[in-house]
Amino acid sequence: MEKALVLDAGKCTGCEQCEIACSMENEGVSNPAKSRIKVFNFHDEGRFVPYTCTQCDDAWCMQACPVDAITVFSATGAKVVSDALCVGCKVCTIACPFGTVNYNPASGKVIKCDLCGGDPACAKACPTGAITYTDAAATGYAKMKAWAKATDAGQQASA
Amino acid sequence: MSWAKRILRVNLTAGTCTEEPLNMDWANQYLGQRGLATKYLSEEIDPKVDPLSPDNKLIIATGPLTGTAAATGGRWSVITKGALTGAIACSNSGGFFGAELKFAGWDMVIFEGKSAKPVYLLIQDDDAKLVDASGYWGRTVWDTEKGLKAEYQDPQLRVASIGQAGEVGVKFAGVVNDLHRAAGRSGVGTVMGSKNLKAVAVRGTKGVQVNDVDAFLKATREAKTVLAENGVTGEGLPALGTQVLMNVINETGALPTHNHKDVQFAGASDISGEAMQEPRRSDGKPNLTRNGACFGCTIGCGRISTIDPTHYTVKDREQYQIASGGLEYEAAWALGAANGVNDLDALTFANFICNEQGFDPISFGATVGAAMELYEMGVITTKETGGIELTWGNAQALTTLAELTGRGEGFGAEIGLGSKLLTEKYGHPDLSMSVKGQEFPAYDSRGIQGMGLTYATSNRGACHLRSYTVASEILGIPEKTDPLSSDGKAGLVIAFQDATGAVDSSGLCVFTTFAWSLDNIAPQIDAACEGEWTVDRLLEVGERVWNLERKFNLDAGFTGKDDTLPKRLLKDAAKTGPAEGKVNELGKMLPEYYALRGWTPDGVPTNETLDRLVL
Repeated sequence: MEKALVLDAGKCTGCEQCEIACSMENEGVSNPAKSRIKVFNFHDEGRFVPYTCTQCDDAWCMQACPVDAITVFSATGAKVVSDALCVGCKVCTIACPFGTVNYNPASGKVIKCDLCGGDPACAKACPTGAITYTDAAATGYAKMKAWAKATDAGQQASA
Repeated sequence: MSWAKRILRVNLTAGTCTEEPLNMDWANQYLGQRGLATKYLSEEIDPKVDPLSPDNKLIIATGPLTGTAAATGGRWSVITKGALTGAIACSNSGGFFGAELKFAGWDMVIFEGKSAKPVYLLIQDDDAKLVDASGYWGRTVWDTEKGLKAEYQDPQLRVASIGQAGEVGVKFAGVVNDLHRAAGRSGVGTVMGSKNLKAVAVRGTKGVQVNDVDAFLKATREAKTVLAENGVTGEGLPALGTQVLMNVINETGALPTHNHKDVQFAGASDISGEAMQEPRRSDGKPNLTRNGACFGCTIGCGRISTIDPTHYTVKDREQYQIASGGLEYEAAWALGAANGVNDLDALTFANFICNEQGFDPISFGATVGAAMELYEMGVITTKETGGIELTWGNAQALTTLAELTGRGEGFGAEIGLGSKLLTEKYGHPDLSMSVKGQEFPAYDSRGIQGMGLTYATSNRGACHLRSYTVASEILGIPEKTDPLSSDGKAGLVIAFQDATGAVDSSGLCVFTTFAWSLDNIAPQIDAACEGEWTVDRLLEVGERVWNLERKFNLDAGFTGKDDTLPKRLLKDAAKTGPAEGKVNELGKMLPEYYALRGWTPDGVPTNETLDRLVL
């Protein structure tokens, strides 16, 4: 069963534990500048929004890459960058409609979420359940459940 | 590892920025942040120096765990000789600025001298330079942060700055970062303003390495689980913030109101954490928009609030119709209960102004309380206040004074003196509810005896964050003691003071200690830092920090006579609630405290104590 990262801004407190976990997992250092997930703070609205690669099925980054450095990791469906092949041309960062592929000046390669091989560190580190790694075929499950509860007419029906 | 092992020395007189290696001998003795910076300050300035002279220094300091994966590992501090107190000052803040400074590769920044004209410090990883700040002088914290981010086209720039309060010499001005996180107490922002330093803007992309990654991840994960499963850090604080305490402390009979004349406030429930969650009549939305976290914090006690758009304070003023830092318990108490004001929106607005202009809501609110008492006595009239009727509970007077104080205008300039100088000026120094010139926070020491000793002995003046015995006396953490009894409180206060000294030096938030003991903290520091860091070693660091701060104050001219409380708390018994009939029994606790500390009966550390602590 394919799984997906589900990001729920309503639960995010902006602590950046996901960013720390991502950089620790992938770079061995606590450094949000090297994180593949980013929390945005929309201060005036009081909203914190975690944001990362959605692993598009029709992945424009992969199609745009001139050296075929981005491939699908079949176990997870993640679009993965091969450091050995990446030439750092940044075409994928232009192609990505969401901005979630980024260039790492330190390595001269691009970096993006690879779902940590199927055990995403960000989801494990999130203290509020704002980031979960769940069934890709039911990414809207939590929202459906919330609406189901809100629209449940059971009590009136039985009254 | 975990220390960047580099400090940045900024000479404002000469306009230079110089790199220095961190003194690792001192780091091993004082850990970081509060302790280590106090060591540097003690070595580098004359404790008798005028806090506002160029010879005072100001240190921005992080701890070894700042910027790491440890839960709440985002703390940083400002250490200086305080403008409000003349004592050693260490004001601690959260948000994201401290972690960013570490990511740029710096443990501390030491500011010395005074710039001839307003400047700000810009740090981009290894590069640091002073930049002309004349365009930002006179502007608010909010404008400055927004302006700097726009100017450098870098939304990820983190900014700590002073508002107008720090520029015009409000004695209790703070340094505000990330718009509503503050190193708020003791006038550290006033010192920054006196140096013509407007802001520090930092962007770091180097990150923080820990000594043993696997051991560190294991220790921090286990510790995070402890926080999540604890009732206070896992449920109470995320849901209600520190405001979870308003009703609890009121019922305890330890919620000071009307300048500590009473210990219970009739309007407490109107300004409580519970009230912040209730939908209001005008737009059906609650005051609390959501909870927010500082860097790395898995608790998330921060309040993000929105003021009722129809409220008199913000009607037609769009800049305040936003979600921003809401009321913490101390601010809600000082702005509200201390003055008898029960208008939640007015308090939230006053709190916004404190953040926007950079001043401490505790000292501000408490000083307004003292002024209101002088007004009720007829000592101050509308002639002095410029027409403001300073009657108890007057929300409009409070919010007007917040705006005036932030700009240093009218009677606001007198409020900006702090309660000690204000009450002295009008001939009633006993009405200043302060220790060493710093106003009390939100606990009346007649109803919570240990807090009296905490306040009296606090090295930075009255303060709840130096030994939060409320945890034991009210919440039963780590074990319940009787808040109305002074028995055994000397030992309790010392244990809390030493443990807190270590936590404040680590980069962690003291709120973790609602759930963590040093047994949870030591393994995290041990894995992050080189060398062995045991519980005993951390306690020794805490005790060393405490005695070093004490030594600084004694050298500055303070004596045991300053370890006291205002007459009102020692002579006038509480009138209502569980503490009715009680005064604070400081006279009983203090000699025991001195003896247990290894100090003389006059409150001076003995040579034996100093030798033992290598001081």
